[in-house]
Amino acid sequence: MDLLSSYPSWLITHGAALLIILPLLVGAITSVLPRERLAWIVTLIVTLICVVTSLGVLLDVYFNDAQLYKMGGWDPPHGISYIIDGLNTPLIFLICAMALLCTIYGLPSVAAEVEPKKRAPFYAAFLIGVAGLLGMVVTGDAFNVFVFLEVSSISTYVLVAMGASRDRRALKAAYNYLILGSIGATFFVIGLGFLYMETGTLNMADIGNILRDLDGGSRVSLVAFGFIVVGLGLKLAMFPLHMWLPGAYAHAPSFVTVFLASTATKAALYLLLRFIFMVFDPSFEYVITVVTYVLTALGCIAMLFGSLQAIFQTDARRTLAFSSIAQVGYMLLGVGMATGLGLAAGYLHLLNHAVIKAALFFALGAFWYRYGITRIDDFAGLGKMMPWTMGAFTLGGLSLIGVPFTAGFTSKLNLVEAALQRGWAWAAIVIVVASILAIIYIGRMLMAAYFQSPPEIDGEVVAKNEAPLMMLIPMWLLALLSIAIGVNADLVVEAAQGAADVLIGGGV
Amino acid sequence: MTPHVILRVVSKFLIPLIAIFAFYVQFHGDFGPGGGFQAGVILAASVILYALIFGLDAAKKALPPSWVRIGMMLGVIVYGGTGVATWLVGGNFLEYGAFTPEHPDHGIHLGILAVEVGVLLAVASVMVAIFYAFGSRQPDLTDEDW
Amino acid sequence: MFSTIFENFNYAIVIILMMTGLYVVFSSRNLIKKLVGLSVFQTSVFLLYITIGKVAGGQPPILVGGHGEGSGGAEEHHASAATNMLASGGEAVATGGSAHHGAEVLYSNPLPHVLILTAIVVGVATLAIGLALVVRIREVYGSIEEDVINEIDYRYNLEGTDA
Repeated sequence: MDLLSSYPSWLITHGAALLIILPLLVGAITSVLPRERLAWIVTLIVTLICVVTSLGVLLDVYFNDAQLYKMGGWDPPHGISYIIDGLNTPLIFLICAMALLCTIYGLPSVAAEVEPKKRAPFYAAFLIGVAGLLGMVVTGDAFNVFVFLEVSSISTYVLVAMGASRDRRALKAAYNYLILGSIGATFFVIGLGFLYMETGTLNMADIGNILRDLDGGSRVSLVAFGFIVVGLGLKLAMFPLHMWLPGAYAHAPSFVTVFLASTATKAALYLLLRFIFMVFDPSFEYVITVVTYVLTALGCIAMLFGSLQAIFQTDARRTLAFSSIAQVGYMLLGVGMATGLGLAAGYLHLLNHAVIKAALFFALGAFWYRYGITRIDDFAGLGKMMPWTMGAFTLGGLSLIGVPFTAGFTSKLNLVEAALQRGWAWAAIVIVVASILAIIYIGRMLMAAYFQSPPEIDGEVVAKNEAPLMMLIPMWLLALLSIAIGVNADLVVEAAQGAADVLIGGGV
Repeated sequence: MTPHVILRVVSKFLIPLIAIFAFYVQFHGDFGPGGGFQAGVILAASVILYALIFGLDAAKKALPPSWVRIGMMLGVIVYGGTGVATWLVGGNFLEYGAFTPEHPDHGIHLGILAVEVGVLLAVASVMVAIFYAFGSRQPDLTDEDW
Repeated sequence: MFSTIFENFNYAIVIILMMTGLYVVFSSRNLIKKLVGLSVFQTSVFLLYITIGKVAGGQPPILVGGHGEGSGGAEEHHASAATNMLASGGEAVATGGSAHHGAEVLYSNPLPHVLILTAIVVGVATLAIGLALVVRIREVYGSIEEDVINEIDYRYNLEGTDA
């Protein structure tokens, strides 16, 4: 409460708009800045302000209540309103914090991976992407969601393609991502069109109320639901719609991979949650059918398929990308239970996974930075060559598996509890099996790093060459955070529980 | 002289007209169909026509790419700056009525005018920028080799 | 049967365009053709929205007879159209409903047009990025055929060099 009262009041009242406008405007300025270092400093300052603001907004929701920000002073449902509530504030904070950590990490990393001329535009695209993601999460207007979805996606295509100076396959990956991403967004828009046909409004809360009055509405809203789920499913890499993800993660600059892995799919998942539970309603027959049978099934398949695929990859980043698909499966399983506990567990895993994956991808980026390593075969002896980076990677890896006293364990335990409470013992078994598969693919990398000796070049053992401090700090921060959550998860669990309460309790 | 004499002469007549028409569309957007978007595209079309007839290099001399980039930035800044200005006078973001609290309609008028200028700048520069970007790639086959 | 088709003529076109677009995206191996398919697909959505906005007997949503106090809605729609600030404006009308300015003129619903203007811009941006990527791919790989590119990548993976 003390911290909150030290905030100026306008920062809290206008926080929702500021979070989007600031990165958007500064992103535009950054694109013409002559010096890359200047662009980096500007980006750092902006993300820092965003973190501070989002923390204020988070505390405000926690101590006071949900807020509604009216864009242009127009009242909902006619105007665009931004919603700040228990469901999105943790995610807003997560996105801002990840943006800040990525920026810190980016100074050495971007310098190594992106051509000098493109670095200022790179930061510009990054800032606009951050603005888009925050907009997706904050806005309460359904069509506005589409616009911000595309703002963030288009800048992400650009960011992924920037990896071309390191690996030309990035272009192909960006192209595939663009095709599938655009199809996903277009599906989403088609769904919105049908919703608008049915209800005549675009305000999410208003659509929700009208649909509830119509008791689920006609077949039009059913079709709308289908299109929206498929469209968002493409964006969040739901199992059969995940084809763009491994390529994009594997070939993008490491900075971008970290940011994508920890925020982009999460924001899409948040949208799915909001649409299922607050625009549509689980009391509609078709919604609960899709959620229970389709999302759960796809989630479980994704857990097994993603983990299995991860085992057979040779590229370390692809391994983790497939692991991400599996982790999305865990979250979908939590959503599929559609109970308070299940949703809270899914949301908790969303937050935890963002922390864990970011730490892992940070470490992979550092391996490439020092030794140009991307293949798992080349991990031999990394434990001796880069002990600190490998240490963070190990903590992250253990957390991904779900070893006790790590973040991954907490969220998986919650998921299992929720599954048992729902009476889905088989789901608990699937979680355990997928975790065992995780042991294999993470274990492969750890074994290579610790139990094999470093390679020799011209008869000399490759020297120890630790990653720069700018890379180590964000990496270790996240690795330690994942341990801290494992030891005492009260804060995060409470946030997840708050989000689940909002979902179950209905809209603003 | 170089070929396409008729094209050159006609387009020299047309280009200023196109540009003026763009501004007509821009400011008539207050009373009928029109506005920054359409005006921006028309304005960009005049530059692109110039580039098509007189060559990309001449167009780049007339409107340097660095200006285009600055134009893109300025467009966004003018738009967003209007919103920030409404903050400074105590309204919500883009609440133009806050400019003139006694007559909100006047404020709305002013605000939309400012925003439309931003849109015009941004759209026109983005269109030209896209054209420049694609036009200035070096083809690996020259026209004669085709 | 024919009457249903003619009554829903626009929707029939929407469906045809949508399916054509999707089919082209998934079936063609040429990167440019895929983008063409994507554009056709997006165009079908534009048509869908415009169809939703049509009000039977309604005229274009341009304010008739000047604008006085409190009836500046039409301009705001335009302004917001131009600026991605969607769905603003006071007089958004429910589908099939009608907007009455002074209760004598029936307008079509302008909101879907506004939305679609934004969607068109998004589509243009996507297309521009997509084409830019294709240009870069052509420069780097020397081809825009997916099979050729995949083979180059495959060989690169096997041998570590370009053939």
